[in-house]
Formats: sequence, structure tokens, C-alpha cells
Amino acid sequence: MSERTTTSTDLTRRRMLQGAAVALTAATATAVLGLTGPGAAPTAAAGLEADDSFDEVFQQRRIQGMPMAAGGHHHGGGAGTGYQVLIDGQELHMMRNADGTWISVIDHYRTFSTPRALARSAVNELRGAALVPISV
Amino acid sequence: MAVRKNQATLTAQEKRAFVNAVLELKRQGGYDTFVSTHNSFIMSDTDDGERTGHRSPSFLPWHRRFLLQFEQALQAIDPTVTLPYWDWTTDRTADASIWGADFLGGDGRSSDGQVTTGPFAFGAGKWTITVSPDNRNYLLRSLGAGVADLPTRADVDSVLALSDYDTPPWNSSSDGFRNNLEGWRGVNLHNRVHVWIGGNMSSGMSPNDPAFWLHHCFIDRLWAAWQTRHPDQGYLPADHTQDVVGLNDTMKPWNDIAPAALLDHTRFYTYDSAY
Ligand SMILES: [Cu+2]
Ligand SMILES: [Cu+2]
Repeated sequence: MSERTTTSTDLTRRRMLQGAAVALTAATATAVLGLTGPGAAPTAAAGLEADDSFDEVFQQRRIQGMPMAAGGHHHGGGAGTGYQVLIDGQELHMMRNADGTWISVIDHYRTFSTPRALARSAVNELRGAALVPISV
Repeated sequence: MAVRKNQATLTAQEKRAFVNAVLELKRQGGYDTFVSTHNSFIMSDTDDGERTGHRSPSFLPWHRRFLLQFEQALQAIDPTVTLPYWDWTTDRTADASIWGADFLGGDGRSSDGQVTTGPFAFGAGKWTITVSPDNRNYLLRSLGAGVADLPTRADVDSVLALSDYDTPPWNSSSDGFRNNLEGWRGVNLHNRVHVWIGGNMSSGMSPNDPAFWLHHCFIDRLWAAWQTRHPDQGYLPADHTQDVVGLNDTMKPWNDIAPAALLDHTRFYTYDSAY
């Protein structure tokens, strides 16, 4: 994916405007992250419908979330969560908590109310770095 | 008997010995095995499936055993070394001595989060990250960025006051001491500290940051403090229970030790003082 090596803000702006997430252009960090943060009472997750998908450009990165066929052999999909998140096409390992919130391998100690919020936080944490496959 | 000390009280010589043993273990290749072991457990520990290292009753004995194994690996290099603990209720700022260049090094720089001071800075040449979810090979920190404040003494006391060790369904939604200490519920102690440090410490590969060991050593000490406050309470579940480790069930990956054999830390080491 070329986005991760791109630093031009003009290019960023153009990509953002081309993307589905125009309204998010100026939004950054926790304001849009849906963080169910430490010290706060656990936040009930927004209901995630089986067909709930997203595909947007956030901070120059393409993030996608999509339901996955249940019971697939694909390990990284998040321990039977039935959901998958990709950042520039690379899988973000994720997991769903008993209360419906989400965590990822990038943010393993704080929870997010939606996969989209989880993906956006991972993008912020990555600071342009690429996800790599995890060997267990 | 090995004595684990508060890192704030270590002499310059003791700090050097700890750091050098960690660097030597890294050079020998043994360190990164701890990182990958930790990550493989944290990724497979799920609320509705088998769970051993995290979000389950054995969070505390599993990490106690994990820390013992790490401490033994350091002692094979330098027999004088023990794990120090970090009391984040007192040493709670980014300029505390734990983050000094003579010990763990400091915060990541603002441009890319890279730690550039101390023995674990990438530029010092002895600390390359090899087990990572992304393609960065340098240590990362963002002190105080993910959450502003470390837990307070009052936060800790409120968790130590909880009388049940753990409760059904024995996962991240449980009430009780273990889950409030781990941090999925309540004031959030353990998880919050991972997030406060940020960078590698907020990922499943958190042992990439040597701060992991000092943080978990303090968590281990808090378990002992809870035991002292609740002498009539013990590890739960006492019996075999689906997907979790009961009192007498052996724990992966060692398969030769159960929580029952780890309840009394003084069989293995003592702390310089009780919390
Ligand atoms: Cu852990
Ligand atoms: Cu931890």
C-alpha cells in the first residue's frame, strides 16, 4: 500500500476527500476513537450487526472492517469474533470482550466500543508503520 | 533467599547489574522468547474460550511463574540480580528516576515515539525489537499519552479491600479482586499502567519494554498484600472449571505447576517490604 510511505499533506487531503470519510478529515485521536478508557466505567458496545462493514481512509491509511464467516480457520480474525479489520490490507489481530467491546494486538490493554474505533486507534499508534504477520 | 527491592531504592551498582543482565539475555537470544510466549498467550486468552495468562483467575499465578522464569534467566547470567518492582503510586511522573538514562531510559521522542535515552534506546545498539505487530524495530514509549494518570494509592487500597479473589464467569467481566486488579473492571490498575507507558507496553508484545517486569513485579507484590488483608480468602475457582485454571490444575506452557504451588511467594523470594 502506498499510503504508508506518503507524507505529503496535499496528497493526504486529496485522498481523504476521495475517501468515504470526508467528515473525519479534521478529527483526531480520542475525540473519534470511541475509547472506553481506563478509569472509566465500562462502556456498553454499540450493537454490531452481522453486515456492519466500513471502508475508509483515516490518517492516510485505508482501514476496512467486515464480518467474516464464522468458524473459519483464519486465526488472526480474532478468536471467533466473526469480524476482521484490515489496515492497508494487512490484518489487525483483534478480539472481542465479554461486554461487547474490542481490543487489538496494538491496543491490548484498553477497550474500544467498535471495530472502527479500534482500527483508528491502531492507525494512530502505528504512526505510518506497517502491520506485519504475527508468528505465534 | 532472594529479596526483590523497590527500584527507587536500588544503588547505581544494582541498577547496572540488572540492566546488564537484561542486555546479556537479549544478546543471547533468550529475551525475545519471553516476548513471544507472552504474546501467544494474550492473543489466545479469550473470554469465552480457554484462558490462562490473562482475563482469568490464573492471571496472577501465571505471571508469577512467568516472572520467576525470567528472574532465573537473569540469575543464570548474574546470580546477584533480582527483579525490582516499580511502585507507580509513588513514582508516578515521566521524570521519576525509573526513567533515567542510568536505568530504563526515558519517554519516546515526539516525532516517532522512539526511546532515545538509556540502555534500551535503539541507538545504543543493544535493543532491537524482533517480535512486533509492525515493522518498527525500536523501543517505543508515550508516557502519559494514552491515559493521563497512573493509579493512586487510594485506587490500590480500594481494590485490595475486595474480599473475593475472583468470581464467575471468571473472565474480563468478573467482579472480585483479580479482575479489578487486572483492570477490566473498576478503577483499573494493571491495564492502566500498560496504557500509561504506551508504545510497546500497550501491545500484546509488552515484555519488549523491560518496564514490563518492574510493573508486573509490583502487581505480584499487590497480590501478596491482598492475601495478607484477607487471610480467610483464597484462590478461586478451587475446583475444575471449564476453560479456566482451577486451584490444582497445572498451567500452560509449563504443565508442571498449579496455582496452589504458587500462592506463597516466600517459597521463592521475599519483598523488601510489604505493601
Ligand atoms: Cu501479561
Ligand atoms: Cu501486564
